[in-house]
Amino acid sequence: MDKKPVPLEFEQPLELLAQQIDALEKQLADHPELDRDIERLQKQYDQLRRSLYSKLRAIDHLAIARHPQRPYTRDYFQRWDACWIELHGDRKGADDPALVCGLLHMGAMRVVAVGTQKGRSLRDKQQCNFGMPQPEGYRKALRLFHHAEKFRLPVVTLIDTPGAYPGMTAEEHNQAEAIAVNLLELSGLTVPVIAVVTGEGGSGGALAIGVANRILMLEHSVYSVISPEGCASILWRSADKVSEACQAMKMTAREIMQLGIVDGVIDEPLGGAHHDYDVAAENAKRAIIQQLEELSKHSAEEIRRDRQNKFRRIGAFAEA
Amino acid sequence: MDLKEWFASRQKRNETHLVKQPLTTEEYCALWTQCFQCRELLYTRDLRNNLHVCPKCQYHFRIGALQRIEQLTDPDTFEEIDPDLVSTDPLGFFDTDSYPNRQAEATRKSGLKEAIITGLCKIDSLKAALGVMDFGHFGGSMGSVVGEKVTRLTERAQEKKLPLILVSSSGGARMQEGILSLMQLAKTSSALKTFADEGLLYISILSEPTYGGVTASFAMLGDIIIAEPGARIGFAGRRVIEQTIKQKLPVDFQTAEYLMKNGQVDLVVERQALKETVARLIRFHQPPSPAPAFVERKDRKTVTTAKKS
Repeated sequence: MDKKPVPLEFEQPLELLAQQIDALEKQLADHPELDRDIERLQKQYDQLRRSLYSKLRAIDHLAIARHPQRPYTRDYFQRWDACWIELHGDRKGADDPALVCGLLHMGAMRVVAVGTQKGRSLRDKQQCNFGMPQPEGYRKALRLFHHAEKFRLPVVTLIDTPGAYPGMTAEEHNQAEAIAVNLLELSGLTVPVIAVVTGEGGSGGALAIGVANRILMLEHSVYSVISPEGCASILWRSADKVSEACQAMKMTAREIMQLGIVDGVIDEPLGGAHHDYDVAAENAKRAIIQQLEELSKHSAEEIRRDRQNKFRRIGAFAEA
Repeated sequence: MDLKEWFASRQKRNETHLVKQPLTTEEYCALWTQCFQCRELLYTRDLRNNLHVCPKCQYHFRIGALQRIEQLTDPDTFEEIDPDLVSTDPLGFFDTDSYPNRQAEATRKSGLKEAIITGLCKIDSLKAALGVMDFGHFGGSMGSVVGEKVTRLTERAQEKKLPLILVSSSGGARMQEGILSLMQLAKTSSALKTFADEGLLYISILSEPTYGGVTASFAMLGDIIIAEPGARIGFAGRRVIEQTIKQKLPVDFQTAEYLMKNGQVDLVVERQALKETVARLIRFHQPPSPAPAFVERKDRKTVTTAKKS
């Protein structure tokens, strides 16, 4: 992080305090008696910050998850293994930059890593379709899943996407099939798969690399069946009910953990992962390695069955 | 008759006239159906006898799950499984109305408990496992129950070594069950993986409309994928795509024929020929029973040797 984090809307009261402190600090040389006030304000600031982050609404989590400075897949890969090798292309005609695939070391382990990439600069963002993969991206990931299976390497996937790209060519190249085949093939892998939702987990486009033995979510990440904007416009027929939609869908990490779908929530630095990339990457790495070590004790067949059983159990229904 | 009486009788006549109105809109609609495509007014009974296909322009009307089952299976052979599986409200979901209320409303409208009916049946005397979705119930959306019923049907088919046929018609995953709905994509696909590993046949039939999570899971995983003529099939909806790419899409975009042209489905089959096509496909994929296969091979041998000599 070279730039100062951009404050979010709900962080405005904090920002005001910070500005006051700044202003006082500038006058400190001429008025040493201000020291006390600064101290008092600083205390207030810390208190407010803690209380603000202890009771975030669903839409605040969403804002943090979508923060333009949030670490993306490449930031994590780079921090986990500075010498990681990126692999390109689906071998059928395209290389989708929205889905990054590579080989990397995580601690003592070698893994095949796959993740969606949103793009930092405007140019990057356009190339990556703002993190929305095309069918070719999912097919590239599928190729890497088969690679992992062949060389008995665990798979780590990072999810941060608003969803699969809804475009004309994407439909013509069969977006739905690309996702469906990934779901099918991932469920049949005999090597461990760990999925980490690092930002937005948007619907089928996220799940297409998310059928894993263990699903982890970063503290402020979200995961949902439809974007809250889509949900609000369909169910409330109004674009300004996004906050309600966020709340109704139960899309935050802790809520999804309560539903029994997520296996662990990874702590983020106070204020969100964008405040400290290194800490966020380190926390995620530790959690992934812990899960992988545990899974490595099982046989190939057990790993596959474990994953299938995990998803077989999901669902809420009654038999009248 | 004085003027007052005349008015009174006139009013009475008007009232009785109201009562005697030929048909209410509902009754009228029940008797006559206008074709959405060619605007022809069709006698509903004729339409029903023609499998809900417009006799004039071949427009395929949406049909409910029960009608589809009747059209596809041999009479009285369909045995429903898991008929009592119903949704709960795991999230306590409330938008402008509560999810349980919306479910009750959907059931009142469709007469079904859920958006899919599953069971075992015979198609042209061939045993098969059949699941049919109904768009009329909650937009055919897939929640936990639809996911569970598809999964159980797949498991049942695998256990009994039957071909699996799923007729899809859905708007996608059910938002009211949040992330649990999304996970049904993985659950059904995972069940189909084990099913496929057994070497069994799965025929996916796509009917108007099939979208979202259903297309992105079991609907696109068929060994054979059949679409009904004119059916709209896709992942993202037309409006969403138009808003994203800021362009108008071709008129036939996402229709069965368009998908066929883009290599996404095997066949586009008219409803009249659907049952026969499915039966032929099942028959083709059945392992030949030992005796005729042996005879056939022997025949072929004799032919070739005869040619040689």
